[in-house]
Parts: sequence; structure tokens; C-alpha cells
Amino acid sequence: MTDYSDPQYRAARLKKRYRAERRFRAYGLAAVLSAALILVFLLSSIIYSSLPAFSHHHVRLDIEVSSDYVSAEAPADGNYLGMVRAALRQQFPEVTARSDKRALYQILSIGAYDDIQKRVIADPSLIGSTMSLYVPLSDDIDLMLKGLIDRNLPESERIVSDRDLQFVDKLLSEERIRSQFAIALFTNGDSREPEMAGIRGALSGSLLTLVVTLIVSFPLGVLAAIYLEEVAPKNRFTALIEVNINNLAAVPSIVYGLLGLAVFINFFSMPRSAPLVGGLVLALMTLPTIIIATRAALSAIPPSIREAAMGVGASRFQVIMHHVLPLAMPGILTGTIIGLAQAAGETAPLLMIGMMAFIVDVPGDVTAKATVLPAQIYMWANNPERAFVARTSAGIVILLTLLLVVNATAIYFRRRFEKRW
Amino acid sequence: MNKFKITMAALIGFAMASGAQARDQIEIVGSSTVFPFATAVAEQFGRTSKFKTPVIESTGSGGGMKLFCAGIGLEHPDVTNASRRIKSKEFKKCQDNGIDLTEVVIGFDGIVLANAKGAPQLELTRKQIYLATAKMVPDPNKPCQSNWCEPVANPYEKWNEIDPSLPDAKIEILGPPPTSGTRDAFQELAMSKGANKFPHMKALKKADKKMWKKLTRTVREDGAWIDAGENDNLMVSKLAANPKAVGVFGYSFLDQNSDKIKGAIVEGIQPTFDNIAGGKYKISRSLFFYIKHAHVGTVPGILEYVAEFTSEKAFGEEGYLLDKGLIPLPAADRQKYRNDGKNLTKLSM
Repeated sequence: MTDYSDPQYRAARLKKRYRAERRFRAYGLAAVLSAALILVFLLSSIIYSSLPAFSHHHVRLDIEVSSDYVSAEAPADGNYLGMVRAALRQQFPEVTARSDKRALYQILSIGAYDDIQKRVIADPSLIGSTMSLYVPLSDDIDLMLKGLIDRNLPESERIVSDRDLQFVDKLLSEERIRSQFAIALFTNGDSREPEMAGIRGALSGSLLTLVVTLIVSFPLGVLAAIYLEEVAPKNRFTALIEVNINNLAAVPSIVYGLLGLAVFINFFSMPRSAPLVGGLVLALMTLPTIIIATRAALSAIPPSIREAAMGVGASRFQVIMHHVLPLAMPGILTGTIIGLAQAAGETAPLLMIGMMAFIVDVPGDVTAKATVLPAQIYMWANNPERAFVARTSAGIVILLTLLLVVNATAIYFRRRFEKRW
Repeated sequence: MNKFKITMAALIGFAMASGAQARDQIEIVGSSTVFPFATAVAEQFGRTSKFKTPVIESTGSGGGMKLFCAGIGLEHPDVTNASRRIKSKEFKKCQDNGIDLTEVVIGFDGIVLANAKGAPQLELTRKQIYLATAKMVPDPNKPCQSNWCEPVANPYEKWNEIDPSLPDAKIEILGPPPTSGTRDAFQELAMSKGANKFPHMKALKKADKKMWKKLTRTVREDGAWIDAGENDNLMVSKLAANPKAVGVFGYSFLDQNSDKIKGAIVEGIQPTFDNIAGGKYKISRSLFFYIKHAHVGTVPGILEYVAEFTSEKAFGEEGYLLDKGLIPLPAADRQKYRNDGKNLTKLSM
């Protein structure tokens, strides 16, 4: 039998308990550290591989805006491609054969004339002058200049031919090539050329979709929650509804996409690939999250508030609108923002309603064809061109930044307005 | 609360109205294999014509046909891309819905088996590919009796167990998932054709086609074949990192990454541009798109889009689709499909 009064035994046991406590703390710390380490590894690898997408090599050309290519009457119909190509040819007077010329043009991006076109259309008085502009090079040349394609490999194993190398080397020796911030990444819609592909179309698509989601799901969710929490009798029927709402929150999101396809597109004949339909589908998906968060926020308000208000003669409607709802707002907003952040990162339901599509134009309203950020990232990941690898990572970085801002807003609201009872 | 009601009503009303609106933008659906080519054409078309850039959805060949053949009207797509020919079932569905269509072949796509640059060069026959990838293969330990070999679960774990000339390495194949057209084509062109090198399988095809399909087109599930991304840049890095792994994908990925991976020689032929274009490389298929006649004239720009796609500067021998990995048709065929597209030659089956 153990003698519990033996001081030696008690000291040993105490030591053992302290050890167990220290071990427990170490386990917890190890768990946090390993999670942090994985996160740091993930983020740093994504950010590192996205870096090449934020810059692009441009070549300085002296473009002669001659009236051979464009007339002052109709500057929009000008042959700007020919103008830029002529400027490039000037640098290589020795290139005359047709096939050589074609190879030479290949070092320029297909968007090389966008800048000069925009300038001349905005200001037709430029016709007749010569402008020195930096125009983008093609994606393969850019990758080589960034060192992502090894120029010392034999010609058969690299995408850039020896002839292209000679062209680029000549331009390099004349110091005409420089690396610029890739503004196209933020100002352009999608493109099949990596250097012209931008996130703006997908970003506007995501924002339009989320606006629809917010307009539909916030009032519906909050009203449903108020009714269930404050007004509805507690009986079998409301219990059934509650079970169903909790259940819906766990339904795989693709199911909402199928529903959206059947109801909104096939039955109501709404347009495919539109932020309106996407927003409605995501609203259905977000509803349970908002209802659950709102109910939790409402039930956290102490009954004394309601009783005090009723005590001075407020009606039930007044109690809710004047006292309970304002106090519960921080919790409701937090829940809504988290629901929206979840919706912003969703692709599966949008696949069904056609928002996974190649769309060049930036959408202007909720019925225009649009895609969303995660869908854009997925499509870039599937493109064979090497430069899309960096573009994909850059898309992820932009999406993560957006989510970070949204979640930080949620935390700010909670901190700012939360009351502890 | 009134405000909310008004918003909802406005939103739904707006949606209903827009559903019936006229469309000034071509809508294209279909194969993910044709997607990179169709999008390149669409972008050029949008840049150089007065029409809007078409919207292209990557739904897979089968999914595209389903949407395309669903009916006539602006809510249905105008063009569908396919990495295989329209099936007679799909054609019938189109006919039942009153849809007349034109078929255009845009070029070839080779399916390559590739491994890391530093790994040994693979030289395979289609029979060996079949033996390495099928779920059930003829029992190697049991002699065939009266024109029938007993199928057993695939016993091959290393390449050199199939043929001593192959490397002494574990079979590890990263291939496209079942939803992919690339996988369909691989099963049809590599596995089934390989299986038919066994006389008893060839006989089975005539006797019991269903059984034959099941035996020759089921991919093994014991871990030697891994479903990876379909057209995925990630797959290239996986192959580069693991010299034992072999990847199955479209030629354009090999073309873009020739500094990291190399293609296996199949039936003695290297998967090069010229060999695929000349029809010498065996695992290659044609790529298609189909035009809905009823929409020409209603949706602006369809004929112009088709003309851009079938122009020499796009799908010709030095066209820009070449840079995207498309392998062009012979000149006579290009002329034929250009005319078909222009005259909307009706497809009949």
C-alpha cells in the first residue's frame, strides 16, 4: 500500500506532475510550430514562384507614327502592328528575307502595339511624329532573359532558337532591353499570351459575384435567423428546420452548382457564365453560414436587455430592431464576412454554371460573361506555356491578399464593436 | 423591408429580361484539348475584327456535345470543340432537336509518354504499353489454349518484366483522369491497339465487343497508374523530380518543356512534330469543332470566326497555332475544311 503521507513519495509525485505539464506544453507548442512552418513553407514557395510574373522585359523602339499606317480621320483603323514591326525592322537592316522577318517579329509580344494604338487614338496629333516607347517582348524571350530557360542548352532542347538569341543579343548590346513592372497583370483581362494575361477580368467578376451574393444572402439570412431565434415557437417543425440548416452548411458546394444550373439557368433561363447566377448560387451556399452565425450572435445577447426593453413598454419588434439587433451586429457581420470569404474562394459550383471560361473582356455588369479569381487560377495552371507557371502563382498571391483583407476586416469589426457581458 | 422586396423583385426581373436578350458574342463550349487552340484563335479574332471576343468554356468533349445538341436558341452554344468525332448517338440527338451542323477538322494532337531528361530513353511498342497499363492482361505463366489466354490481374511491377530490353525500374505512370478526352484517346489508340497484337483479343473484338472493350480499356488500379492532372504544368515538374515516373499527356507540353522531359519512342518512331504530322507516330488523333447552322446570321461573326480558325495564318503550316502545339493537316485537307466552313457543308452520318 502506498503511504501518501510519505514526503519523499509526495515530492516524487509532484515532480512527475510537473513533468507531465511541461510535456503537454511542449506538444502544444510543437503543434503550433509545425503548422506555422508548413504555412511559411507554402506561402514562401508560392510567393517565390510568383515573382517572375510581376516583371516583364520590354524593348525600346523608335516608332514612326507615319500616315502610311494610320490616318487622322480614322485613327482606330490604323495598322499599328505594321508600324511597330517596321520600327523593329529598322534595328535590323540586314534582315530582308521573308522567313527571317517573320522570325524577327516573333520576339515581340502580340500586344506590342497596344500602347501606341491607345496613345494615337487618344491624341491623333501624334501622327507624323516619332515616339520612343518600350514594347513588351514575347514570353519565351522574357523567360530566357530572366534565366528561367537556360541559353546554354543545345538549340533542340530550348524553346528559343539560335536566331532569336542573336536578335536579342544585338538589342541587349544596344541597351534597348529593360525589365519593367508587369502592369498588364493588373490592367488586362485574360489572354492566351502569358505576358498579356491579366487578373482584372477575374477580379471584377469576383467582385460582381460577391456583391450579388451579399445583396441576396445577407437580408435573407439575417431575417431567417431573427425569426427562428426570436419569434418562432420551439416545436418539432422549427427543430426540423434547424437540423436542415445545419445540414446544408455541410453539403458539398458542387451540389449548389447543380441546383443553380437546373433552377436559374434551365428553368428561369438566366444567362450562362454570368456573375448574377454565380452570385445567386454562392448566396445559397453562404445562407446557412450567415443564419448560424446570426443565431449565435443573437442568443449571446443577455435576456436582461430584452426584459428591460419590454419592461419599459417596447413592442417585440422594437426590442429586436432597437436593442437586440444593433448589439448583435458585430457577430452578424463577422459571420457574413467569413461566409463571403469562403464564397470568394469557391470554384466547384461555378464550374457547373459556366464561369470557368476564357473571357477576354472585363465584365461591366452582373449579366456580362465573367469568370472569378479561383477559376482564372485553375485555367492558367492548365495552359502549356511556361510563363503561366509564374502567372498562376501570382494569381494565388492576389487571391490570398484579397482574402486576407476581407478576414482582417472581420477581425477589426469584431474587436471594434464587440461587447463582453 | 420594403426596400429588400423591391431589390429582390428588381433582381429577378432584370435576370428574366436579360435571359431573352439578343447576344452579340459567340459562345463556344467543348474539349479541354482544343481549348488552348480555340482560345488563341478567339483572342486573335477579337483583336483583329470588329466583333467581340468569343467566350469559350472548357467542358470536355462529351459535356460540350450535350450542351451543343440541347437545342436552337441564344441560350445554347454556337460552336462546340471536340477531341474526337461526334458520336452517332450525339448526332441523332442533334438531329432530333433540328440542329444541322458542319464538321471542321483543325489538325492533329499526339499523345506522348514522357520521362525526365536524365532518365533512360524508353522505347515502347503499343503491346508493351497495353501490358504496362491494363488492369487485366493475358496470364504470362500459363500457355494460351485454343486461341484463348486467361486474363489475370496485371502482374507486371517492373518494366523489364514485360520485356528484358526495357529498364529495370518500377512501372509508375502519371496519366490523365477518366473525365479526360486525352485518356479516352490513349485507351483507344494505345491500349486497345496494343491488345489487338494478341490474336485472341482481335478475335474477341468480333465475338464480344463489350467484353473486349472492358478488357482492353480498363486502366490498372493497383497504384502503377496514377491519375494526375490532365494538362498540367505541375506534372512536368513531377516528372523532372522523379526519373522513374512516366507521364501521359498532349504533345504541346512536351514541346514547351523539351529541356526537362523527353518523349518515349513508340513503335520505333520519335514523337516529333514531323512524325505526328506525317501520321508515322501512332498515338495521335484529330481535333474537331462543329458549327450550328441555325445560329449563323443570328449571332454575328460566326462565319468570320470559322474563317479565322481555318486561315493559313492560324492552322496552316506556319500558323500561330503551331506555336501552341497544334500539328497541321495536309494542305488538301486544310483547303477542304476551309471550304466546308465557308459553305456550311452539312454533316450527315
